[in-house]
Amino acid sequence: MQYLVLIISLFLSPILSANSSDLSASLAQLSDRNNKAKSEAIEKITQSNRPQTIKILQSLLEGNIYYRKSDKTIFYFNQRDDGYHLEDVLSGEISIIPKKRGYKKVTINNKLRGKLRQSIASLQLGNADPSVRKSAVEEIFKKITPGNVALLNEYLPKENDVNIRTLMQLALTISELSSDDDSITLVAIKKLDGNLEPIVRNTLNQLVEESDNPTIIAAAQESLKSIKSQVKFYDHMETLYFGLSLGSVLALAGLGLAITFGVMGVINMAHGELIMIGAYTTYVIQLLMPDSIGMSILVAIPAAFIVAGLVGILMERTVIRHLYGRPLETLLATFGISLILQQAVRSIFSPLNRTVITPEWMSGTLDVNAIFSLTWNRLYIIVFCIMVFITLIMIMKKTPLGLQVRAVSQNRAMARAMGVRSDWVDALTFGLGAGIAGVAGVALSLLTNVGPNLGQAYIIDSFMVVVFGGVGNLWGTLVAGMSLGVINKVLEPWAGAVLAKILVLIAIILFIQKRPRGLFPQRGRAAEN
Amino acid sequence: MNRLAFLQDDRGGKIFLIILALATVTIPMFNLLVPETSVFHISIYTVTLLGKYLTYALLAVAADLVWGYLGILSLGHGAFFALGGYAMGMYLMLQIGDRGVYGNSELPDFMVFLNLQELPWFWGGFDQFWFAIIMVVAVPGLLAYVFGYLAFRSRVTGVYLSIITQALTYALMLAFFRNEMGFGGANGLTDFKDILGFSLQSDVTRNALFIASAVALALGYLSCRYIVSSRLGLLCVAIRDAETRTRFIGYKVENAKLWIFTFSAMLAGIAGALYVPQVGIINPNEFSPLNSIELIIWVAIGGRATLYGAVIGALLVNYSKTYFTAALPEVWLFALGALFVLVTLYLPKGITGMKKYKAAKA
Repeated sequence: MQYLVLIISLFLSPILSANSSDLSASLAQLSDRNNKAKSEAIEKITQSNRPQTIKILQSLLEGNIYYRKSDKTIFYFNQRDDGYHLEDVLSGEISIIPKKRGYKKVTINNKLRGKLRQSIASLQLGNADPSVRKSAVEEIFKKITPGNVALLNEYLPKENDVNIRTLMQLALTISELSSDDDSITLVAIKKLDGNLEPIVRNTLNQLVEESDNPTIIAAAQESLKSIKSQVKFYDHMETLYFGLSLGSVLALAGLGLAITFGVMGVINMAHGELIMIGAYTTYVIQLLMPDSIGMSILVAIPAAFIVAGLVGILMERTVIRHLYGRPLETLLATFGISLILQQAVRSIFSPLNRTVITPEWMSGTLDVNAIFSLTWNRLYIIVFCIMVFITLIMIMKKTPLGLQVRAVSQNRAMARAMGVRSDWVDALTFGLGAGIAGVAGVALSLLTNVGPNLGQAYIIDSFMVVVFGGVGNLWGTLVAGMSLGVINKVLEPWAGAVLAKILVLIAIILFIQKRPRGLFPQRGRAAEN
Repeated sequence: MNRLAFLQDDRGGKIFLIILALATVTIPMFNLLVPETSVFHISIYTVTLLGKYLTYALLAVAADLVWGYLGILSLGHGAFFALGGYAMGMYLMLQIGDRGVYGNSELPDFMVFLNLQELPWFWGGFDQFWFAIIMVVAVPGLLAYVFGYLAFRSRVTGVYLSIITQALTYALMLAFFRNEMGFGGANGLTDFKDILGFSLQSDVTRNALFIASAVALALGYLSCRYIVSSRLGLLCVAIRDAETRTRFIGYKVENAKLWIFTFSAMLAGIAGALYVPQVGIINPNEFSPLNSIELIIWVAIGGRATLYGAVIGALLVNYSKTYFTAALPEVWLFALGALFVLVTLYLPKGITGMKKYKAAKA
């Protein structure tokens, strides 16, 4: 491959150098006194379409192109405190001279200026690729000159991309801020009200400092104030967004437990390890299909559900069913199972952390406006959590299994008398809860490292979510997860991540003292047990 | 004899106390008096290890008092143990003086490292042994009192209580991991030199610590036995078996629970305080929820509501832990996990319960 590049570049090099000699010829032509020749030269430079073309044309437009009388070399010209800086247009070499004797400015007339503007516009704003046009406009943002304004005015009606149009209009409005006519400035300030682009804030700040008209200063300050309050608002939105995404993770981790603990009353301390199994399933699926990482996550969701669900059913059949009605013993036995599962994973996959690759379609951000953007992976997790939640509600409310689960949890003896195979229902319910934990593991594997201790980190959080929301209440779990996530993220900026977590834990402990049955307690006869 | 009447029906307890007394006398003798070349010599490593087990046993007795007799499954007893340990660790830390790496006679090494200029206020007084000893029982006791007051008054029971005690120890663990807490962060407190002027490295001190642990265990056992055979103990069992009914009869269930829970936490604190000088370190991992659950399995294996069963369980599990983690490290967690499962499934009354079970059958 490298050789190929080398060969191609060998072939191309004469062409390239021919091109550059073309450019130097056209540049030299700029020194011609005849305006028609200059016009031709501009045409040629424009057509050469090289990286520096736009800079050359713009400098020419601004009158910053000089040539050396002796050999007609073209320079960018810059007057600085220590003399005149001359930068060779082709080589980029900079020389400093005290006096500009021997050098002459390339003069242009209005006709040429118009032509230059056309050229730059055709190069940038007329580009067929919207992204080039966009970056052209963004380039203009850096320095909004009267020449640019004329260009923008010209191309604005032709632009059909809405985003770029808005950008262009914004640039125009910003240019109006520096207008000599105070009334135009005032109108512009009004137009910019609530605009969140950083450049707007900078320009307005500048205006406040530089303007001598008190009405303008007042208007600009007013506008800045409203912009700042909006910035604050979006800061809060961002915190909320982070909180909701953390909350979705908590709710996902808690939902499986809401089934096993909430509906069945089984204290499943191995819940975290079922999450871990889901995460490892994702890792294995990615190992099995390394060529389609994007698809692997979608395959991993049902796979993790099945694997974790089967482990759950196995646990229920072998251990838990002997312990119904003895919650504290269940707690100990499932804790034992969690230790076994941890060590099993450690023996199979080594104690080192594994990484699950985030597929491309989950990376990147969704830009809402200049300062507020949503990262896709967090957004997907929120959506995923809600989907899992809806599915779970549907299963519990609309399917025969759900009906039987509710029947058994409300009155086991009566359900059995009606012909419900209660042990069968128990196994399936536990499998469902375990499967949901596995699915949560898929989501978690994308956020953190996959390791044997992954489950331990989430077990206490999961229990907190379920207990806080009210045992036996899926809605409570969702609300509790989301609110704990948001509270955590709200506290984080001034307390730090660890302290925020501690504060939340203490708050929950105190909350349970106040309302021992959580946010949404079960009512009625079932609540007494 | 009248004063020890509460021991009369406690055959297992008497046997345990006699064995403990024998061990307390003989083991230091075999270490100090028997020459090292003799086969009967017990190495100082073994003495310290046994001393450590005895502190664990005291912790298990404390947990059995609340779990076995009150029905409160505390998954946070490790926190009280660790708090007692930290109180002792702070005293030992201040005994180092200028023998630390930085040679600062005022501040422990980790504080010099964190650029602290003076001792934080809560370290005040810990250079006095008596103050540290008071704190060893006062801090866990106070935490247990406040926590229990809130929890029992609002009638948080059963699994909920277990889960929030677990959250408590988890929160403390996270807190002690923070350097800002002023307890040495993740490294904890270590590098202790001496206690009450005696070097912690010397064999005599280590034997003394072993004897102290044994005495503490014996006293802890006796006081727990005294409580459970008193009227208060009967009330506890009544609360465990039918809390609502006991309340309806007119007993103050909350008060009984609160005082027993607090007392148990103090015992755990003492166990922690004896543990730290023997192992030479205390760090936030002692707060980890895993430790607290593990100690519950000691009690479960030994047999709940017997007190001496807790001691047997603690010694047995910890001896196998020492053995397995050295010989077959991969197997240990499998074995511990299987223990949890098998004991709850097949030995609900633990080892000491096996005999009772047989007797009941016959």
